[in-house]
Amino acid sequence: MPNVKTAIPYRGTPEQEAKLREVIARHKGQPGATMPVLQAAQEIFGYLPEEVQIIIAEGLDIPLSEVYGVVSFYTQFSLNPKGRYQISICLGTACYVKGAGAILDAVQKKLGIAPGGITPDGKFSLDACRCIGACGLAPVMMINDDVYGRLTPDQVAGILDRYE
Amino acid sequence: MKLIRNHVMVCCGTGCTSSESPKIADAFEKELARAELQDEVKIVRTGCFGLCAAGPIVMILPDGACYSRVTVDDVPEIVREHLVKGRIVDRLLHMEGDEGTTATSLNDTQFYKHQTRIALRSCGIIDPESIDEYIGADGYLALGNILENKTDPQSIIDAIKESGLRGRGGAGFSTGMKWQFTKDAVSPDGVKYVCCNADEGDPGAFMDRSVLEGDPFSILEAMTIAAYAVGGTQGYIYVRAEYPIAIARLETAIQQAREYGLLGKNILGTDFSFDIELRLGAGAFVCGEETALMTSIEGHRGEPRPRPPFPAVKGLWQRPTLLNNVETYANITWILNNGAEKYAAIGTEKSKGTKVFALGGKITNTGLVEIPMGTTLRTVVEDIGGGVPHGKKFKAAQTGGPSGGCIPADLIDTPIDYESLTAIGSMMGSGGLIVMDEDNCMVDIAKFFLSFIVDESCGKCTPCRIGTKRLYDLLCKITDGNGTLEDLDTIEELCYHLKESSLCALGQSAPNPVLSTLQYFRDEYIAHVVEKRCPAGVCKNLVSYHIVPDKCKGCTLCAKNCPADAISGAIRAAHTIDSAKCIKCGVCLGNCRFGAIVKV
Repeated sequence: MPNVKTAIPYRGTPEQEAKLREVIARHKGQPGATMPVLQAAQEIFGYLPEEVQIIIAEGLDIPLSEVYGVVSFYTQFSLNPKGRYQISICLGTACYVKGAGAILDAVQKKLGIAPGGITPDGKFSLDACRCIGACGLAPVMMINDDVYGRLTPDQVAGILDRYE
Repeated sequence: MKLIRNHVMVCCGTGCTSSESPKIADAFEKELARAELQDEVKIVRTGCFGLCAAGPIVMILPDGACYSRVTVDDVPEIVREHLVKGRIVDRLLHMEGDEGTTATSLNDTQFYKHQTRIALRSCGIIDPESIDEYIGADGYLALGNILENKTDPQSIIDAIKESGLRGRGGAGFSTGMKWQFTKDAVSPDGVKYVCCNADEGDPGAFMDRSVLEGDPFSILEAMTIAAYAVGGTQGYIYVRAEYPIAIARLETAIQQAREYGLLGKNILGTDFSFDIELRLGAGAFVCGEETALMTSIEGHRGEPRPRPPFPAVKGLWQRPTLLNNVETYANITWILNNGAEKYAAIGTEKSKGTKVFALGGKITNTGLVEIPMGTTLRTVVEDIGGGVPHGKKFKAAQTGGPSGGCIPADLIDTPIDYESLTAIGSMMGSGGLIVMDEDNCMVDIAKFFLSFIVDESCGKCTPCRIGTKRLYDLLCKITDGNGTLEDLDTIEELCYHLKESSLCALGQSAPNPVLSTLQYFRDEYIAHVVEKRCPAGVCKNLVSYHIVPDKCKGCTLCAKNCPADAISGAIRAAHTIDSAKCIKCGVCLGNCRFGAIVKV
């Protein structure tokens, strides 16, 4: 999945940056602080653009290369902004054998974006994920915190239309 | 004191929460208040009952009525009929199998009858957010006894050794030995760590999550006992960030344990101190590997490192570290409270106790089960799992996730234990058990697992980084219809190199899904390669859609719905599919009301 530097300009606010600096101050000096700080930063900004990584590297006094190394290693961290509605299609084994591939195809067709992508209006972003643990409901799709289970491809368009 | 006459147990595990069980619990609260029963009936938001396929589950105790697939709209009826008038609502009772037998007691169901619940003993029975309920269910009895009697740490380790408990993360190393090594290791500054691996990465497995959601205190108590036994000073639970409910309950549990003096400085007033912190994973499968997990806790890219030195000698921040899986810890207090002998009496000669499995895929009772070691796969699939739905044929079961293998139908009587599963080319793994039927293509399944491994390979060692990709490319070549018989030999050779030369278990076990399908379903590979045919009709490049002229009524429905404009024909005349344009989406097949479209 391409997780390359985003073309969308950085729009972080001073409030967000102040919040991040607070988190950094709380964790500074603790062993293994990088991950918790990055997780908090992603919560604040929604993603981890270069500008945010620089604040973290300087704040924790570690090389930017190390921060970037960690960000690009873990799938949870995103260098790209997410849509207002984040769609995750579970491609765990239980969902896969029950036809999750067809659900993903249907969403891609409806929105015209590939996994990792975002619609031009910033409304939907699409990701394929590995097991959200609702295997009893396979195949499963998540939109923000809503879970849709026991899906068939023909239900997809109707569900997406519900999001304004 | 208020007298509670009924308990309403509402499953609030992830499966049932996804089908809105918290709203059901809220609705009960409202309805009970309306009926003025709020002082007589208590609502408990529990962990997983295991019957995820029938969720959301509501159980009324002590009557034992188990209601399945409950909706918010059913709540007033349950309150009015069952809780006010004492009449069981028959239409909502959980029904098992096609014959439609309803069960008021869960223990009478086929699903539960073959199970022995040790690790899951309190899941669905206690409120996981209340330390008092945990204590009421013999919680902190083991730790209390140890601290009060100043038990010799060695005797605790001896008991764990005697129980025969082996690591439930998959590899099956003796837990007692691991504790011994960590105890015997010398730390330069006296610091030793006790960690819990809750980075359940196998897609389709949710055993650890259910334990954390349903009985989080049992893990805290077991880690505290482990710390006492090996001399640990600080604990970490490394848990997947994808498990928000488990994380929230662990945080609550840690907080409550600290308030009760069961975690932190001077536990229960003794001079023994131990505390636990949560560390969240960030979606990297390799972090389930022990050295990678510790690198990740240290805040780096989660890359594994060569062993030895083993974590017991040099682990987290170069200190001796004990690392066990969630399910392993979940057995500890049971063993200490009930005796190692009693635990060792369950299971087979070399695999003692029980194992939790997450049943998934093409099986009627998707859910969580705990069985004694040595139970056959047939019992799990047919009796507990209720068999394959829709009258389809059982084709294979996959255990061990991306590191495991497929077990074909003719080996369904294999007993489930570490040795037997390894002997047939699969592995115990952490406990995912995915059932596949005749509609699943085994080459496609092997490709699926390989694509997962390619994504998740950390890239540190060459065999895994490049080898898995090459292996994946070869499988793609086969499913695209361009494979040759020589490719099969190349695949086998590549698998051998991967097994021999990868740095960690991720790469070493990556070939397992390929090798086991190649061993048991070679004919399917041959069909793809020689006949250019996918017997299960899954691989898109190898299937084609046709219209049977005699059956086609010319209703034009297929042509209207075809996204590729590949279907043509006049009204009321037989249509045809242009195979060059067809994208094989299968929409026409689903739309045709005359059964005129066939997939070959």
